[in-house]
Amino acid sequence: MTTSTNAATTTTPATRTAERRRPSRDQVSLRKAAMTAAGVAILCVMLFPVYWMVNASLQPSGNTLNAALIPLEPSLDNYVRALSEQGGNLLTSIVIALGTVVFSLLLAAPAAYALAQFRFRWVPVALLAILISQMIPGIVIANALYSAYEGLGLLNSIPGLILANSTNAIPFAMLIMRSFMLGVPPAIVEAARVDGAGLMRTFISIVVPVSRNAIITAGLFTFLFAWSDFLFALTLTTTDEIRPVTLGIYQYLGTQVQNWGAVMATAVLSAIPAIVLLVAAQKYIAAGATGGAVK
Amino acid sequence: MTSTTEAPAGAGRGVSTPVPPRRRRKIRADDVGRILFVLPAGIAMALLFGYPVVKNVLMSLQEYTLTTFFTGEAPWVGLANYADVVSDPIFSQAMLNTGLFTAGSIVFQFAIGLALALFFKQKFPLSGPLRGLLLLPWLLPLIVSSATWRAILEQDSGILNQFLGLFGVEPIGWLVSPSVALIAVIGVNIWIGIPFNTTLLYSGLQSIPDELYEAGALDGATHAKAFRYITWPSLRPVISVVLILGVVYTLKVLDIILGLTGGGPANATQTLATQSYQRSFVDFEFGHGAALSNILIVISMVFAVVYLRRGRQAADE
Repeated sequence: MTTSTNAATTTTPATRTAERRRPSRDQVSLRKAAMTAAGVAILCVMLFPVYWMVNASLQPSGNTLNAALIPLEPSLDNYVRALSEQGGNLLTSIVIALGTVVFSLLLAAPAAYALAQFRFRWVPVALLAILISQMIPGIVIANALYSAYEGLGLLNSIPGLILANSTNAIPFAMLIMRSFMLGVPPAIVEAARVDGAGLMRTFISIVVPVSRNAIITAGLFTFLFAWSDFLFALTLTTTDEIRPVTLGIYQYLGTQVQNWGAVMATAVLSAIPAIVLLVAAQKYIAAGATGGAVK
Repeated sequence: MTSTTEAPAGAGRGVSTPVPPRRRRKIRADDVGRILFVLPAGIAMALLFGYPVVKNVLMSLQEYTLTTFFTGEAPWVGLANYADVVSDPIFSQAMLNTGLFTAGSIVFQFAIGLALALFFKQKFPLSGPLRGLLLLPWLLPLIVSSATWRAILEQDSGILNQFLGLFGVEPIGWLVSPSVALIAVIGVNIWIGIPFNTTLLYSGLQSIPDELYEAGALDGATHAKAFRYITWPSLRPVISVVLILGVVYTLKVLDIILGLTGGGPANATQTLATQSYQRSFVDFEFGHGAALSNILIVISMVFAVVYLRRGRQAADE
């Protein structure tokens, strides 16, 4: 398959070898149109559950039993109910996710730079530790943090959840930013050092601006991780006071679900960061990925 | 940018401090500052990973229950917690379920992910945006996916049974019938994992030079042969990374199962991870929960070692 499309893309100037086998221009465009159609079909199948979530959230009956395939009479009642019941939880989630981003990036950005550019002997050991840390099941962390938090009074608190969420966020952010910062030319940092700037000043005024895209990428993913967290919310909170929206959804699911419309409306609201990241921030994802791929 | 033009001058590192003794002194002074760059993150990692792992090992050797929080007493019981959890009849079921859940998820995620990566590797209009949108299931909070799938899989009102009903299929209790619940949960996990597999495999495919295929075409390689002799071998390092990361992530899955079935019905979807959660945070037998999660760590570490070995091999090649 790949070979034939490659031949097809070398269009006009006659390359000697593929001349005979090259399909006509009409055939090529027909083939490509068919592939686009197939791609759209695949996407429709894969994203059907997401569509169904949105569709069910707009059904006026509040139940999927008689849900139409298309919301012909869309109603926002479910959203009104979701916001009144889960609005506070959504706010809690935003605060926790933003807090995790700030805390994680403050710690991870300098460390990522150090791991990328400083010639410490133990850099390979640190990288190994970061890799292994990503394989530790969250339930292990939760188990130990619960007993520690109990003593420290951090159960049912926003700082407690921010700290717990940072367990995933810090190593991940370090890896993303480090792979980008490997590409920061030491010469520009050296130049600033020669002019008399301190290490930290150089870092803030030179490395951070140059690595902006990687930092934004790490921040976006960190936000998404913390926003999506369910395990720590489930284990490290015991009351209603501090309750991220993921746990709110779980509570909806806990008993026999009476109103799928409200559940789905909450789910849609909780999906917004993912959708925004996917649609609006794609260039940062691409920038981060290629930044990592270069080195 | 200017940065690229200056990059070759990176050797200029030594220019400002050409004499070895002077350089040494300067570096030692800088070292304190440099260590400060990693110290906060290092402390955080030690507190948030090092401490829990050690604490978890200690807890697994203690009778650590809810009363511990009031009395502060957690008597040492040696390996009794491990003996208890392993001899529990649910343990063998949880082990089996963990194995089936992991293997079933990985095989299908990978196969479908690879097929989609190969499909999107071809050049056609909208290929890029369509591939981008495909990421959505991976970015959604897992509990959101769980909730959505629960609505779809509901026995009486779910759209899946309504759809199957068109073909005369009797309603299936996807999440409430012990015989199919595990299959349903695996299916949802496959759906969540496909984008991750597609993305990594796609980037692997991108790095295979076109010249290889052009040379293959000149030698008369058919599509199947090109895949077997060019694509697969070139992709092998990426494949092992994808598979092992997939295994390690799947072993610890909790959100999806708790959101869909809560481990039920009749423990049909109980895994080591859900069992560990159950023991610690529902039964408040933290010692038992810790023992179970340590078993989970050991299993993960076996795969982690394979991963790291493979990674090193790939780097050596």
